[in-house]
Amino acid sequence: MEHPNLKYVRGGELPHMFCQGCGCGQIMNALLFAIDQLRLDTRKMVAIGGVGCSSRIPAYLDMYAIHGIHGRTLAYATGIKLAKPEVKVVVLTGDGDCGSIGGNHLIHAARRNLDVTVIMVNNGVYAMTGGQVAPTTARGLYTTTSPRGNVERPFDICKLVETAGATYVARWTTAHPGALIQAIKQALSHRGFAFIEVVSQCPTIHGRHSLGIADPVENIEYLRKKSITRDQAAKASAEELNGKIVVGKFVEKRLPTLEDCYRELEAKVAATC
Amino acid sequence: MLGNHAIVEGAIAAGCRFFAGYPITPANEICEHMAQRMPEVGGRFIQMEDELGSIYAICGASLAGKKAMTATASAGYNYMQEGIEYAVADEIPIVIVDVMRQRGENFPTQSDVMQARYGAAGDHEMIVLTPSSVQELFDLTFEAFNLAERFRNPVIVLSEATISLMREGIRIPPPDQLEVVNRKKPIVPPKEFMAFRGEEDLVPRMSEIGDGYQVLYTHNPHDERGRIAWTPRMYEELYNRIEKKIAGKADEIAMYDAESTEDAEVVVIAYGSEARGCIEAVRTARGMGVKAGMLKLKNIWPVPAKAMQDSTRKAKKVLVPEMNTGRYVHVVKEVLGCSAEVISVPKNQGRIHSPEEILSEIRRHSSWSIRI
Repeated sequence: MEHPNLKYVRGGELPHMFCQGCGCGQIMNALLFAIDQLRLDTRKMVAIGGVGCSSRIPAYLDMYAIHGIHGRTLAYATGIKLAKPEVKVVVLTGDGDCGSIGGNHLIHAARRNLDVTVIMVNNGVYAMTGGQVAPTTARGLYTTTSPRGNVERPFDICKLVETAGATYVARWTTAHPGALIQAIKQALSHRGFAFIEVVSQCPTIHGRHSLGIADPVENIEYLRKKSITRDQAAKASAEELNGKIVVGKFVEKRLPTLEDCYRELEAKVAATC
Repeated sequence: MLGNHAIVEGAIAAGCRFFAGYPITPANEICEHMAQRMPEVGGRFIQMEDELGSIYAICGASLAGKKAMTATASAGYNYMQEGIEYAVADEIPIVIVDVMRQRGENFPTQSDVMQARYGAAGDHEMIVLTPSSVQELFDLTFEAFNLAERFRNPVIVLSEATISLMREGIRIPPPDQLEVVNRKKPIVPPKEFMAFRGEEDLVPRMSEIGDGYQVLYTHNPHDERGRIAWTPRMYEELYNRIEKKIAGKADEIAMYDAESTEDAEVVVIAYGSEARGCIEAVRTARGMGVKAGMLKLKNIWPVPAKAMQDSTRKAKKVLVPEMNTGRYVHVVKEVLGCSAEVISVPKNQGRIHSPEEILSEIRRHSSWSIRI
């Protein structure tokens, strides 16, 4: 029997290049379940990735896809959405791709309430390049560029995009596949800038070298144990929150999208011409 | 009309309906005028968060079927090299205006002539146009879109502070006198479509996002269908084709004005604002009986080698005045070095050579010189 989501996979692309036990396959599958359940027309969709493991996901999807340049996903998305508003844009990016090199595009796309869905896979490390420290790497962790432990504080990118103006923000992990599919469905149905952070395992690099956990299942279990819900977090002390992954939906509101603002402007121009 | 506004009008006449930009002097009037004009012609303007944002936004818009442009000046053009490289690799038609300015300052220069060609990483050829008047800013921006669409490649309009901020009278032809080129659309169904298979002219047909052709645009080496894959031979074929589709058409692309070159012993080769003073100097020299000629280049890349050779058949000396430390002269030497003495005439003071300065150079290098 064929996998129900195989119909959304670009012909001839499998097997994929992800390591055994990588979270990218789970996340791609969750996205495809969400697309299937929403019955979206993939002919009217485009998936955009930058550079990194998660940014490779678009290359496997049977839709228009950009496997582009490091960090620039949301700049492409801005041009596409302004040129063809009816096209649905899904950005698949990593913590380094959108939280570091693409940080400027990220906050401005959120500020503009660009009507796109961003799925940021956070594995806490630059995995494709061999395990360098990322803006999301926890303090004290050993990576190839923090050989004596990471001295910097990690970035909470959900808080960043919320502050920047995102109108849908959620965080889940690969240990929450059901909730993740639901969140992706909500994000794809949302009009405006929808951002989902998926904390994911990287058994090959981050798990094995930084966390000391090489087994994929143990990595996922580790994420599950570290997760607490938004409501639990609200009651927890700062000490109890230390090292935890707060999961849940943080923002969902309706504000004019960039497209709405352009339509308004264009109506004004048409009235005066 | 202001030079920078002529660029905008040339773009609109060519069908540009998307502009993304970031403020930088002396290119600001392009951005500002686009903000005014785009909604009037059914297009869209956005001021992006930086130059990287601009270049990728226009890539996105072009992939979605719009003719798109950005404009910047030297320092901002540096940033855009990253996106230009992507546009070359994925064969995205876009137009980039670089209004050259001196490092950190806004005074005129022609110092980006090499960056315009070689700035982006990876093997590639580039089409770079060099207008010398406000009229040519209109004409060549229009032409830039046609070339971008024809070759599925980025095209650079290399303007200068000198011309962009100049006001001159221009003639804008009525739309029916303008020949607009559009990219070739697919003629086979999606399953059979090869998004990166060059046709006879080595240029592939191009679909647009949202039309169901489901093309993958990857920066990685890719096969004719666009899938990430590479074998050494495929890699070589892909990038050779991308380079050759333009390099092989250099003579066809070549745009230039040659004057009095048939019997000229001294030929001045200049581009952009520098050409303005040179032509006057050449005419004066002719009046004095000096066999001087002029080749004005309206595109410097791909190198219009045949035009250079044809214009210097009798030349003993070739002068190359430039408003920089002398850069394009090396290219001219490569083409003509064996047939004539190629002499660099640089002036790097933020101002063009005066006709008198060029005239004195012509006289100094002509075999028949009169002393006044």
